[in-house]
Amino acid sequence: MKAAGLQSVVSTFREIKSRAESQWWELRDGGKPVVLVGTATCGRAAGALEVVQAIRDELKKQKLDCPVIEVGCMGHCYAEPIVTIIKPGYPPICYGHVNPVIAERLIREFILGDDPCLEFVLGALEENDLVPSFSDFPRAKFEKKVILKNCGYIDPQQIEHYIANGGYSALVKALQMPPEKIIDEVKRSGLRGRGGAGFPAGEKWEICRNASGKPKYLICNGDEGDPGAFMDRAILESDPHSVLEGMLIAGYAIGAPFGYLYVRAEYPLAVRRAQLALRQARKLNLLGRNILGSDFSFDIKLFQGSGAFVCGEETALIASLEGKPGIPHYRPPYPATNGLYGKPTLINNVKTLSFIRHIIQNGAEWFVSIGTERSKGTAVFALAGKVVNTGLTEVPMGTTLRQVIFDVGSGIPGGKRFKAVQIGGPSGGCLPESALDLPIDFDSLADAGAMMGSGGMIVLDEDDCMVEIARYFLDFTQRESCGKCTFCRLGTKQMLEVLDEITKGKGKIKDLDMLVELAEDIKAGSLCGLGKTAPNPVLSTLRFFRDEYEAHIKEGRCPALMCRELIAYYIIPEKCERSCDACVGTCTVEAISANKKRVKVIDQEKCVKCGTCLTSCPPQYNAVVKLSPPSQVPASK
Amino acid sequence: MKTISLTIDGKKVTASEGEKVLWAALDNGIYIPNLCALRDASESPAACCLCFVEVEGKSQPVTACTERVEQGMVVNTRSPGALRLARTALELLLASNVVDCAHCPANGSCELQKIAHHLGVKLKTRRFRKLLRELPVDSSSPVFIYDPNKCVLCGRCVWVCRERLGIGVLGFAHRGFERLVTTFADEPIAESRCRECGECVVACPTGALTFKEQ
Ligand SMILES: Cc1cc2nc3c(=O)[nH]c(=O)nc-3n(C[C@H](O)[C@H](O)[C@H](O)COP(=O)(O)O)c2cc1C
Ligand code: SF4
Ligand code: SF4
Ligand code: FES
Ligand code: FES
Repeated sequence: MKAAGLQSVVSTFREIKSRAESQWWELRDGGKPVVLVGTATCGRAAGALEVVQAIRDELKKQKLDCPVIEVGCMGHCYAEPIVTIIKPGYPPICYGHVNPVIAERLIREFILGDDPCLEFVLGALEENDLVPSFSDFPRAKFEKKVILKNCGYIDPQQIEHYIANGGYSALVKALQMPPEKIIDEVKRSGLRGRGGAGFPAGEKWEICRNASGKPKYLICNGDEGDPGAFMDRAILESDPHSVLEGMLIAGYAIGAPFGYLYVRAEYPLAVRRAQLALRQARKLNLLGRNILGSDFSFDIKLFQGSGAFVCGEETALIASLEGKPGIPHYRPPYPATNGLYGKPTLINNVKTLSFIRHIIQNGAEWFVSIGTERSKGTAVFALAGKVVNTGLTEVPMGTTLRQVIFDVGSGIPGGKRFKAVQIGGPSGGCLPESALDLPIDFDSLADAGAMMGSGGMIVLDEDDCMVEIARYFLDFTQRESCGKCTFCRLGTKQMLEVLDEITKGKGKIKDLDMLVELAEDIKAGSLCGLGKTAPNPVLSTLRFFRDEYEAHIKEGRCPALMCRELIAYYIIPEKCERSCDACVGTCTVEAISANKKRVKVIDQEKCVKCGTCLTSCPPQYNAVVKLSPPSQVPASK
Repeated sequence: MKTISLTIDGKKVTASEGEKVLWAALDNGIYIPNLCALRDASESPAACCLCFVEVEGKSQPVTACTERVEQGMVVNTRSPGALRLARTALELLLASNVVDCAHCPANGSCELQKIAHHLGVKLKTRRFRKLLRELPVDSSSPVFIYDPNKCVLCGRCVWVCRERLGIGVLGFAHRGFERLVTTFADEPIAESRCRECGECVVACPTGALTFKEQ
């Protein structure tokens, strides 16, 4: 690049940055209180938009002039809606589980008055003497926010917020480096793809840069189809510019003039925020022709995917971008040499690209200092299932499963016992308690029979049946299979049939060997990663929880009391408070009647096992229980 | 074009550069089961999973229809690992096929029979459940009958109709286990743009597409 071009890049950006910074500090230190409301999808699901409205109405009513900013997801999804109030003289304070009534109180009592309403506080963003800060939380010791740092903190709809917090500085730095130097930096950082397979990013960039064929393309994979995963959505909704900046740097490094941001259409908010981000970046000439006056031109187009899980697979994704059915094809050739329209195409996950600006800004050595020997940097997980703190977390690679589940996630709710953790979604596996001290990285998880996948982490407790969990995931992959290749189309269907039979108590013990044999063939023989990993949930549960499979088959018993066909509801006569009729009224099929002593009895013939009686029986009596196998129910006299 | 020499099942053979192992083997009289690959098509869909072979130096069996020949390559079409995969794939196909050979017009010319014989697999599988879809048979065409219950989804008919003839009556629809070869909007063949040339019937390796008796 010519020196003149570079000078202009630096000076143009300096101006943009100083404008952005003054806007940001005007907001933060302008003497006015500021209200931040998390309105990413998780917040919205919990009612954040109603909270925003209530806040606006109350401010108007009180004739207060104070900006209300919609921010993204902080990761504390269990506590949504979350409102943060930054008031001069106070640390920025976060409130959790806010509803419109609480919101109005916060305005009246804290913003208008001077009572920070400590009863609703979740934590403060900075250390202080008044309220505990997030950094005092036990989880803070284990978390390390790199790509989630801005999330929930800046307004994703204002590019200035991003720039004032260091955004696009890495791009400016990159534009002053030769592309080979950038690739070298990414290679030395050891960054591995976060889309599932963990392929070294720098190596892929190099292959693509060196491949012949023009133009080259860049694709950011934001398909995110795993059930329970929402990391990429949260980043696109909360900090879209970090993804764009990563794409720009990648495009510059491999020599691509054009990039696609592939987002599933079921993520309307992510789509809107990314589109707005693209417009804003274009307006500041951070995107488009001769970026910041340099001779690098790059544009990004957002493409809304149909939302099929298999469309996240790179060859299927490329087919769907080309307007063809989203069906995978055989690799090699890999997209890096023969991708979109047969041209060299770099395809990386949202998170992979989000890391780029940090690596360029802080250097490869910094990134290498985080993580394990072969997996560098941090890992983002979506914690879900039987865990107290559901939500997003980012921890250094090498953190143990126990630390993530019990320290970050605060363990299992309701005093229940941990049973397993499902990692990697439908491609991953279930790991038992004995694996809890496993340091998490790409290789350790694969060795243990699970997979990093894209970062879904579902915690299971004693009430979860491992056969049913395996069946659930296999049912998902079987439905999402494109059906092209024999192993995946018919093999997973055969496996699902067997699992269906087992959960219904109709399995045979020799089926288990058949399952394992067939699973191995499906893994070895399927055409794409969907089929190649589909058996993992079954194989891992068979490996660690074979006793549960055997209980279903040999005794017709579901140890977790989950499989409907293998349980019965029973009212313990001694516990039934005879004058209470709670269960009788709630049973929709009128299966419960009272005997002569007014003890309630369930007619097993009529019972449809909906479980409403169990929930309706007042906790002080707790007379309704589940029994497995159903033959455990004593014969009625 | 450059000529490559390689060894298949101990036999030294030659093939043109860029050729796929499958065609190199077939051209030299070495049979490898295959259903979905077509010589004229630029790439194989690699869908049927029957053509697995072992290549020295590779940790896992590979599909012969996608594997390019290389100088000095050593291929084994009868390695236990490759045969195991091919057999399982065939058994899966048979488990979801009506397998009514005695009443099937394709009896004797059916490639499933040939492959089963080659691999030593029984037509009636016992290892797997019989999973049929019981789809309606389309006999609307004056020329041929389409019985989707005998279709292995190799895609030969689709390719011939669309790519070779440029007509495009047949195509794939639906996903997963429901995937099937059908016409646009599932209309009967007689109501489609079918020109009744019967090329798809010629291409079909099974009894899914068969000529009506004259
Ligand atoms: C069935 C299937 C679904 C996938 N879904 C996604 C996805 O949603 N997002 C993603 O980034 N990668 C997904 N991948 C992985 C991609 O094929 C590809 O490896 C990845 O986008 C490369 O980016 P990375 O190197 O940054 O991980 C999927 C793979 C398979 C087999
Ligand atoms: S493995 Fe499954 S999803 Fe992948 S190509 Fe084969 S049938 Fe399609
Ligand atoms: S109808 Fe015949 S040629 Fe067409 S896909 Fe089915 S088996 Fe193959
Ligand atoms: S011929 Fe190779 S997969 Fe079908
Ligand atoms: S004999 Fe093979 S399908 Fe009829």
